Amino acid sequence: MLRQMEGSHAVAEAIALCRPEVICAYPITPQTHIVERLSELVQEGEIGNCQYINVESEFAALSVAIGASAAGARAYTATSSQGLLFMTEAVYNASGLGLPIVMTIGNRAIGAPINIWNDHSDSMALRDAGWIQLYAETNQDAVDLHIQAFRLAEQLSVPVMVCEDGFILTHAYERVDMPDLNQVQAYLPPFEPVQILDPADPVTIGAMVGPEAFAEVRYLAHHKHLQAVEVIPQLASEFAKIFGRDSGGLIQQYRSEDAETVIVALGSVVGTIRDVVDEMRDDGVSIGAVKVISFRPFPMLALRAALENAKRVIVVEKAFADGLGGIAVNSVRMALRGLTTPIYTIIAGLGGRAITKASLLRAFGEATRDELDDPHFLDLNWTVIDHELARAKEKRRSGPIAENVLRDLGLVGGKPV
Amino acid sequence: MTAAEILSVAAFLEGDHAQAFPSFGSERMGAPVIAFCRVDDKEIRLREPVMTPDALIVQDPTLLHQVDLFSGLDTKGYLLINTTRRYRDLGLGDFVTKFPPHHICTVAASEWAVEFIGKPLPNAAMLGAFSAITRRVKLDSVQAAIRQKFPGELGDKNAAAAGKAYNTIRTN
Repeated sequence: MLRQMEGSHAVAEAIALCRPEVICAYPITPQTHIVERLSELVQEGEIGNCQYINVESEFAALSVAIGASAAGARAYTATSSQGLLFMTEAVYNASGLGLPIVMTIGNRAIGAPINIWNDHSDSMALRDAGWIQLYAETNQDAVDLHIQAFRLAEQLSVPVMVCEDGFILTHAYERVDMPDLNQVQAYLPPFEPVQILDPADPVTIGAMVGPEAFAEVRYLAHHKHLQAVEVIPQLASEFAKIFGRDSGGLIQQYRSEDAETVIVALGSVVGTIRDVVDEMRDDGVSIGAVKVISFRPFPMLALRAALENAKRVIVVEKAFADGLGGIAVNSVRMALRGLTTPIYTIIAGLGGRAITKASLLRAFGEATRDELDDPHFLDLNWTVIDHELARAKEKRRSGPIAENVLRDLGLVGGKPV
Repeated sequence: MTAAEILSVAAFLEGDHAQAFPSFGSERMGAPVIAFCRVDDKEIRLREPVMTPDALIVQDPTLLHQVDLFSGLDTKGYLLINTTRRYRDLGLGDFVTKFPPHHICTVAASEWAVEFIGKPLPNAAMLGAFSAITRRVKLDSVQAAIRQKFPGELGDKNAAAAGKAYNTIRTN
């Protein structure tokens, strides 16, 4: 049914339709509305036999989800930013143990400096923690990807993060076609664990593994991700049959088949990029875009096929590695290895900086003339940066960078020292 | 944010696509908040903030000279301000002469909210006024969206505040 609703509530209702049996929750902006709504739905008896467990930290949230999943329950949690970092040890445990937990990431920057707004630093920090990572462009995507995530997680016995941009999606009201319970139940069979803690048939989940077998156990996790590359498109086509729309899969192409310049991006910025592509196409520029939905596993072959005829590739990403440049771009380079295609990186949207059509038009234009620097930080205020660099050069005790910059911008009182 | 949400629901009820989203400043009660709403007859893919609005609704007139509210507003646009004061008294006497007279209005939204709801929450009346001057959404849709957000008596009272604003402006 078509509804106009907040992204977080749409995701909460989609999770509810997936009938989790244990939800562990600890609030952190901007994912809080999701678990708040889920607590109401559990309280109202809308989620069948579901335990909602308030925990004392994110570490506990995922630890409880691990215990619940090992005991055979369909388990869910959600977090953002520092919350994800705080549960890091448990993140690796969930994947290492092969527990099919689904977790929403309401993407948010990581401090310091503290910042509550959106970028991809959090999920990118844990991109190689053994979880599958799916990125949503719209709230419809977020709903559909969560439903597919439970199916994928349980089929392969691997945990899945569904990443959606904090505020931009979580707090946006937009049109969502909300599935009904019959559709979801037709798509998502009851959870049948491959391993279960059962006193009648005891097993050890989490055995210590020494040098004689660790590499093999780890290789099998790698193999699972390679399997996921095959399974994800199958699950998307089954989804289309039941729900009547294309959603999920590894990548999605937009006017890129014959394009000389192809943009690669993840998440909600793809929507803005589609508008920019249309404008540039109207002006006769041969440009298109590819949305990476599954970032882990990375769709090597599908992406290579989508990009191999491009004259240049531009990766737009909301996180970066200090001193190096982009993060997603390295996976893109891996997919294109052996080719000489120029690849540009645009770092954009850090800490909630709006990514505007005008700025993308300018940067894409420069790239199509091969005039763009690489990596390119979109819309940097060089005056402020140059001031701070000069200050640091001038004297040893130049003070905290964050505060100096805020003073320069007139956002806190007083002049910089 | 609630006003942007309700406006997006009203547009949705008329079959349009709508997107409403906030730009939060500090996370504290009473901090200035900007919220945006886009309405279109096709899917809205753009995720940038609204920088050149067709209509600007100022809920709190004490912000008028604190924040640059009007930078993106074209003089063909619409401007609604929640106040009982005159433009001249708000320091906007010259500014508003740039707009077509039927594109601007002051709305006693907080006063009507106190009258109808018992609290100075101006959303409903501002949206009623928005419907009256822009005609982009029907009053019926605004009232239906209000009742969807606030079921029961609270919704009826807010819908009445919206109706009061709408009728006051349409008869002036």
